[in-house]
Amino acid sequence: MQYKIEVKDRSGIFDSVGEGIKKDILDLGIAGVQRVHFSQIFTIEGALSAIQVERICDELLVDKIAQSYSINPEFRAATHNSKLVVEVAYNPGVMDPVEESTLKGIRDLGIEGAAGVKTAKKYLIEGKISEAQLKTICEKLLYNKLIQHIVKPGASDAHAQEAGYQFSLACVELLKADDKELTRLSKQGQLFLNLTEMRAIKDYFKKIGRNPTDCELETVAQTWSEHCYHKTFRGKIKYTEKHLTPNTKHLTPKTKIIDSLLKSTIMKVTKELNKPWCVSVFKDNSGVIKFDDKYNICFKVETHNHPSALEPFGGANTGIGGVIRDPMGTGLGAKPILNTDVFCFAPPEYPFSKLPAGALHPKRVMKGVVSGVRDYGNKMGIPTVNGAVLFHDDFVGNPLVYCGTVGIMPKDKSFKKTNIGDLVVVVGGRTGRDGIHGATFSSGELTHESEKVSGGAVQIGNPIQEKKMLDTILLARDKNLYSAITDCGAGGLSSAVGEMGAEMGARVDLDKVPLKYTGLSYMEIWISESQERMVLSVPPKDIDELIKLFASENVEATVIGEFTDTKKLELYYKDNLVCELGMNFLHEGHPKITKEAVFSLQRHREPKINCTKDQTKNLIKLLSHYDIASKEWIIRQYDHEVQGGSVLKPLTGIVNDGPSDASINKPVLNSDKGIIVSNGINFRFGFIDPYWMAASCIDEALRQIICVGGSLKEVAILDNFCWGNPDKPDRLGGLVRAAYGCYDAAKGFGVPFISGKDSLYNEYAVNGKSLSIPGTILISAISVMDDVKHAVSMYAKHPDDLIYIVGETYDELGGTHYYDLSAGVGNNVPKVDVKKAKRMFNQLSKATEAGLVKAMHDCSDGGLGVACAEMAFSGGLGMELFLTEVPYKGKELRNDFILFSESNSRFIVEVERRNQNKFEQLLKNIPFGIIGCVSKSKKFNIYGLDSKPCVGSDIDTLKESWLKPLRW
Amino acid sequence: MLKPKVCVLRTAGTNCDKETAFAFARAGAEAEFVHINRLVSGEEKLGDYHILALSGGFSYGDDIAAGKILANELKTKLSGDLKEFIRAGKLIIGICNGFQIMVKAGLLPGNKEMKQEVSLINNDSAKFEARWVYLKPSGKCIWTKNITGLIYLPVAHGEGKFIAKDNAAIERLKENGQIVFQYCDESGKLAGYPDNPNGSAENIAGICDETGRVFGLMPHPERHVNSQQHPRWSAAKIKKEEGDGFQIFKNGVEYAKKNI
Repeated sequence: MQYKIEVKDRSGIFDSVGEGIKKDILDLGIAGVQRVHFSQIFTIEGALSAIQVERICDELLVDKIAQSYSINPEFRAATHNSKLVVEVAYNPGVMDPVEESTLKGIRDLGIEGAAGVKTAKKYLIEGKISEAQLKTICEKLLYNKLIQHIVKPGASDAHAQEAGYQFSLACVELLKADDKELTRLSKQGQLFLNLTEMRAIKDYFKKIGRNPTDCELETVAQTWSEHCYHKTFRGKIKYTEKHLTPNTKHLTPKTKIIDSLLKSTIMKVTKELNKPWCVSVFKDNSGVIKFDDKYNICFKVETHNHPSALEPFGGANTGIGGVIRDPMGTGLGAKPILNTDVFCFAPPEYPFSKLPAGALHPKRVMKGVVSGVRDYGNKMGIPTVNGAVLFHDDFVGNPLVYCGTVGIMPKDKSFKKTNIGDLVVVVGGRTGRDGIHGATFSSGELTHESEKVSGGAVQIGNPIQEKKMLDTILLARDKNLYSAITDCGAGGLSSAVGEMGAEMGARVDLDKVPLKYTGLSYMEIWISESQERMVLSVPPKDIDELIKLFASENVEATVIGEFTDTKKLELYYKDNLVCELGMNFLHEGHPKITKEAVFSLQRHREPKINCTKDQTKNLIKLLSHYDIASKEWIIRQYDHEVQGGSVLKPLTGIVNDGPSDASINKPVLNSDKGIIVSNGINFRFGFIDPYWMAASCIDEALRQIICVGGSLKEVAILDNFCWGNPDKPDRLGGLVRAAYGCYDAAKGFGVPFISGKDSLYNEYAVNGKSLSIPGTILISAISVMDDVKHAVSMYAKHPDDLIYIVGETYDELGGTHYYDLSAGVGNNVPKVDVKKAKRMFNQLSKATEAGLVKAMHDCSDGGLGVACAEMAFSGGLGMELFLTEVPYKGKELRNDFILFSESNSRFIVEVERRNQNKFEQLLKNIPFGIIGCVSKSKKFNIYGLDSKPCVGSDIDTLKESWLKPLRW
Repeated sequence: MLKPKVCVLRTAGTNCDKETAFAFARAGAEAEFVHINRLVSGEEKLGDYHILALSGGFSYGDDIAAGKILANELKTKLSGDLKEFIRAGKLIIGICNGFQIMVKAGLLPGNKEMKQEVSLINNDSAKFEARWVYLKPSGKCIWTKNITGLIYLPVAHGEGKFIAKDNAAIERLKENGQIVFQYCDESGKLAGYPDNPNGSAENIAGICDETGRVFGLMPHPERHVNSQQHPRWSAAKIKKEEGDGFQIFKNGVEYAKKNI
């Protein structure tokens, strides 16, 4: 029997979901909707009596204080009485996260007959709208056809069963294939391999004298994908710099060959700096550094751009779910202690008419991404403590979603070693058809066809599955029940088992892998990217205890094979050999491809802006710039204090709404040692020169650490490149230049990279025309703070305190938000004098350690004008400031340039008058100026170079202009 | 008794268990993490503990409704043990998800049949929100003894709006001194959003049962047990070591030491 149950709020109960949808419909520009009623549908399948179903409703599904229900309600999809009904259900094969727990609840009631539960959402829309408008509402708001559908009247497809799977081994005719056919095979199979790579595979099989099975070809494609193999960063690059720029060390008048960009820039810094506190770098799933005598900490930042473009909630959801598994899969497993998220979208008011075919509207993308991160991060009980959101039109088809996680683990659990004879054990969720081809899909460009072709790559996460898996893994780790662990991410089992067994060999029986539903072929099982799974290597003596432990926490753990000494990857399906590949070929056989890269400095239009007398309006416009405006709407949706270690929160100030520069957390509750996490990102500088973008991002991330009271003593950084198609020489040229910027700045500051990530092919093609995202680098920094008692926050504390600017201001307006106000980029990009900056940072650390600093704020987006305004209104105090006192080295003496230049290595500092001498003594030979003081009144006044007022406002007005744009 | 034993209940999705146990330990108790499977199977006995703590999180993903599935499990599998626990004069605290569980399991406001009388539903803002709130204490709860002025704690939830099945139910709570905390502004006045972060009836943030020993609240006292957790500690030069939430744990532990 199938029962359909509709649960809705009783009258008089505020329908917050319905009200939210109504607001979103208005946002779409559709008026005429009076009310939206939301109800939840449960469809229960099984041998159940009507009385049992009533009991399930009364005791489990319905909150009788707030809700009422009906069983098998009459279905009315047609319009009547100007009420429209829309019911949205999951597509067959898409995991419904509510099913498992609801079935458990039914069993707990002592009712055994329930076989399946599916949920759906029902919306009753009251009002006058046209059919076309309804279609828009459905498509833009209520469902995503990749994972959901609108239920038709009378349909009962809620439990459509998949057909069973009949084994038949499929081989691919490769030996006879010519180049044309090889290219066709790659495209048809969504392998995203180029001709050279296909030829190398053909050669391998020629040598062993047979054609590959489909599974073998897929395994190679997964392993060699850009996503897993990073062939751009690891391969050869022929790099030409066409225009030379002053101030960079890497002037290459001629073309040069770079053998592994990774080893000659990013990893080179780490190697040369050789810090004793770097525990494990570029080896494991995340980079590991020392925390204290007992613990190490690890950090990884990932991207999930393509999935988030297609299905924002699911994409971001599984993005955060995936990066959480990186620390979990580092060493013998770290406990995740905080998350950080950085996003780039097109502006929320982007016109629907300009939207490329197949792209979702940026506002929907943003809301979906934020919800996805909220859902997973909060449910995992990991605080989201830091982040940034930036906007540009060119992210319209391809948003950027960076998710990072920090973990902590005991020192002696920081390394793993798989042994021959260990069992291959998969733990956590079951395997389904979700996420097939994720790794290869993210290694190609997105097109308006992507949702049709690669829809299977989209997944929905189940955070509770991951949470209970995490809890159990940590218990098993502390009982020493396994020898190695890795996560099942991109490429699924194929990557996880392939990596763990790379040095020895592995044998897997694919039919032993627990499945969500029948019907999966051996190959789908092997490459599925179903979430919430990890692979352990378990010594046979420990297997019984391990399985028992996992069972006691309701987590599945299944032996699916063993690690062997064959140096081969052998896969069986019901005793049929379906894959036999040499590990050496798989991991070392990739033909090093030489890619072309050309960088030429572009000359941009220099905006012609008159410097008006009154700059108040410009300051207000900048505070309202989406990049700068308050992100409170997002931040409050994340739990940033769970685990109890939050010392400096993302929102700070007299009413807890000012923007913190970085976060501080205590991972061990009874120790005063802390960790600081910050992020530097500014793609606008990259329009001019990716070299200075990279250097600026490093400067910014480090500045933020200094701002909150940290030091450069133990800082590690992560690089994260999001770029366009690296097969196009101009895109790759910018990437190479950015990597050189990373090398020079990181080396100069003495901060090693410990891990990194590259997401290439971030382009969106419509009808053959490709739009690349702005090449963007994110630098994430992590630092160990000896004593969190030295923490400093950014808001103004006390009237009459002195306000300093430390660092020099130049007429570096290129790529600034001020120029962006007039849609210009300019040319004079902010640069970094690393040697000077490092000295300054070190001295400021001494000042915070000595308790001389009341408040400090990073002077970045929007320049000193914005930084001072933020300090003032966050502290509920005014300021009187004088531009004549700013150390300024620009050619043109202009108030607007001084106010809004985004020169690097600058800080705004609040110091008590009684500490003036002590503070200034520390700043010997460092440029600074006392630019004014905090005032008791709410007035925010800045006097220009002519000593006349150039900004005159009050903190309430400024604050409102900053709060308003993203207060949804 | 030297050290009361606290059972910090755990299941899939529990996530504030560590800091809750930390708070109890600091207050002088011995806190143990106990998976619900062990209580249901009989491997562990609830009766061996003096305090039961239902900590925050998203038990079973908050699927169906927040706390619902664990509430159902407690009712169907452990109701006898729970009734005996309360009858024996022991203590229960439910924080955030724990409060949602207690309300839905009928442990709060509490009656013989464990029948649900109040609920915690979607915030009026229709979204999860994390923010700090001022709370005004009242009532006869043993967990809030010696708390006379306002206290400052963070909330972090999407389903925290307190409602009762009818006005009479709220009146009974008032008459019996079962309203323990109400959301208010800095001056102690009952105020609207965001001071009342979810739209709760009568600004109710926490209630207790008629004995005053069984207590649930939406805000997180375990996130403010030391002064460094206060959002403005570095500026305010807060002298005392302890955060506003710590007294709650101390009260529970002291009561258990004296009375159980």
